[in-house]
Amino acid sequence: MAEQMTGAEMVVQALIDQGVTHIFGYPGGAALPIYDAIFQQDAITHVLVRHEQGATHMAEGYARSTGKPGVVLVTSGPGATNAVTGLTDALMDSIPLVCITAQVPTTLIGSDAFQECDTVGITRSCTKHNYLIKKVEDLPKVMHEAFHIATTGRPGPVVIDIPKDVQFALGEYLQPNINGFRHSSYKPHVEGDIEAIRAAVDLMLKAERPVFYTGGGVINSGPEAATHLRELAELTGFPVTSTLMGLGAFPASNKQWLGMLGMHGTYEANLAMHDCDLMINIGARFDDRITGRIDAFSPHSTKIHVDIDPAQINKNVRVDIPIVGDCGLVLEEMIRIWRSRTNEPRTEAIAPWWERIRTWRAVNSLGFKNSDTTIKPQHAIQRLYELTKDRDVYITTEVGQHQMWAAQHFHFDKPNRWMTSGGLGTMGYGLPAAVGVQVAHPDALVIDIAGEASVQMTMQEMSTAVQYRLPIKVFILNNERMGMVRQWQDLLHGGRYAHSYSESLPDFVKLAEAYGGKGIRCDDPAKLDDAIREMLDYPGPVLFDVMVEKDENCLPMIPSGKPHNEIILPDTANIGSIIDEKGRQLV
Amino acid sequence: MNAHLQPTGSAYFLTKETDSPERHTLSVLVDNEPGILARIAGLFTARGYNIESLTVSETEHEKNLSRITVVVVATPKVLVQIKLQLERLVPVHRVHDLTAEGAALERELALVKVAGTGEHRVETLRLADAFRAQVVDASTESFVFEITGKPSKIEQFIALMVPLGLVEVVRTGLAAISRGPQGM
Repeated sequence: MAEQMTGAEMVVQALIDQGVTHIFGYPGGAALPIYDAIFQQDAITHVLVRHEQGATHMAEGYARSTGKPGVVLVTSGPGATNAVTGLTDALMDSIPLVCITAQVPTTLIGSDAFQECDTVGITRSCTKHNYLIKKVEDLPKVMHEAFHIATTGRPGPVVIDIPKDVQFALGEYLQPNINGFRHSSYKPHVEGDIEAIRAAVDLMLKAERPVFYTGGGVINSGPEAATHLRELAELTGFPVTSTLMGLGAFPASNKQWLGMLGMHGTYEANLAMHDCDLMINIGARFDDRITGRIDAFSPHSTKIHVDIDPAQINKNVRVDIPIVGDCGLVLEEMIRIWRSRTNEPRTEAIAPWWERIRTWRAVNSLGFKNSDTTIKPQHAIQRLYELTKDRDVYITTEVGQHQMWAAQHFHFDKPNRWMTSGGLGTMGYGLPAAVGVQVAHPDALVIDIAGEASVQMTMQEMSTAVQYRLPIKVFILNNERMGMVRQWQDLLHGGRYAHSYSESLPDFVKLAEAYGGKGIRCDDPAKLDDAIREMLDYPGPVLFDVMVEKDENCLPMIPSGKPHNEIILPDTANIGSIIDEKGRQLV
Repeated sequence: MNAHLQPTGSAYFLTKETDSPERHTLSVLVDNEPGILARIAGLFTARGYNIESLTVSETEHEKNLSRITVVVVATPKVLVQIKLQLERLVPVHRVHDLTAEGAALERELALVKVAGTGEHRVETLRLADAFRAQVVDASTESFVFEITGKPSKIEQFIALMVPLGLVEVVRTGLAAISRGPQGM
């Protein structure tokens, strides 16, 4: 006999049955019955945010650092619309979220009621799927199905919109049951076609200039996928590069690691991609930040593409061997088949290739001119890495130059340690994401590498960090510029810096103190290490205002309209003249 | 302002489309649930695909399934994307490119209102007969015809009615099904 309960109680019970321990939310009129149900239980901890966008990014940070779905609870109207940025972010980066939005009573839907908005209409294109619950009988099944959809296949955000009268209504609760789902049409394909995998391994056995190009799919597949990737890379002896989203899936300390690829990737990674004869894409989607000019992208290679989402195959780049499936399972099969063919890596056959890679590496494309008078942003990140590398550290970022410098100069040996907004490029992601990571890992060191412009977009979540005693460290590279915007204006708009500088910045030290945290400021390279140690030693939340070089450009960079092999390197003079007339025309 | 004289650049890399677009008829089997049409239509607008015609109706009541027939105009590469993106939607069961799978049957219904007197009325009726269009409403100055057939036939009929006093037309959009014993 199924248990009778109200819709609001069903929401909480379903969360418990789905193994949820933390949710991020903000109450409001339409959500009050669910909040009342939360008040009367202890199994789930609710983290009260300061803005619903913060709740979504916290849930993303929580999800990305644990592999579990992040859960958000917001009220109707503005609660739901404020969540839209985070939902879109999660959709772009394939992060499993379940977002419960309250709605005005069913009888008032469509009447322009107080705090009413068309939540399912607004979120249709920024979720993997969404639901409006009209009857309490549908609620338990939909709750369970939402978790199933958010976490399987290509993960993503799912919205459940629950009107207030449905929250009050009595009905029968149902336990999770995969056979009871509403959509029999949803069947993600996880096992790769064995013939295609065999064909891929055949090519790998013959390749002379191979490269593994890995992405966020390896992270989403789970820690075993990262283990398999490492094993396959070592079995084959092939070089490995990764997208921004995939950092940490392959250890940066491994000698086969080339660094990140793409617009701000290393010279060796981008040239290896350009000159390879076999590209093995594992869980990446040929994003435009990676490919540069499509018609000049890796012109001489045969391409293998492993992706769980069939729609990614041949979307941007034509591939020769598509394999639709889960990265971890496909990697496991590749290892098995490789082992059945040979016991040796292709060390000798690809020695000339590695020789070329060594010459590219010698260029030292991440080099920069350090200074003993001003703190260089790259130096600040290098010092942060050196002083924290022996600890279990989780890094989040905002979006812009600091994000790219963090990707270049902070190194990850494990998956789920790097949380950043890749696809959507959401400024303001990092601080709340750090809060979410810290909720999941209370004893870990969690650092948001930030810029002074981005961090102000969601600064209010400092208050959440203080309330829940979450000792996040916000490492602000403060150049008083929207650095990446300024860099593009420098390159493409004749140095006309329209609105890309920050005036009347807050005093971040005082701001931290106002929130009840600690503020630190440093502008002297000689004092930087001590200041970082002071940040690390403080047991609560810290805003660390690192005053850095104001006009540093983020290099290397593949400019507009150029292929991978025409990358701008750091010692290149007069950056403004490097983009040619043709490049400028490619609007 | 001299902004238009300055060379402009972009953060995006664009390449010119060289393939030419083709017209294809897709049949989409979906769960009949609230919002499904908005979900399909929203996908087309969000990704910039062109819809020429879209017809939707419940076809299997017990299984709660609807069939959507969409006529799209797109390059071959985009056509593949449209199919895959549609299949990604949770309530979508199957998508068939009927045009790619062979000559499918395609039919459309139109109601055509024509007003006129004298010789025009006689000519109107004669043509309607030739096109097997039926009179479903008549007054002393007008007819409403019901015509079914391929879109090309309907278009031809409508064109002929223009000089004879065409008032207005309403069309159902295309319904299409594959030939032979196999279902979708």
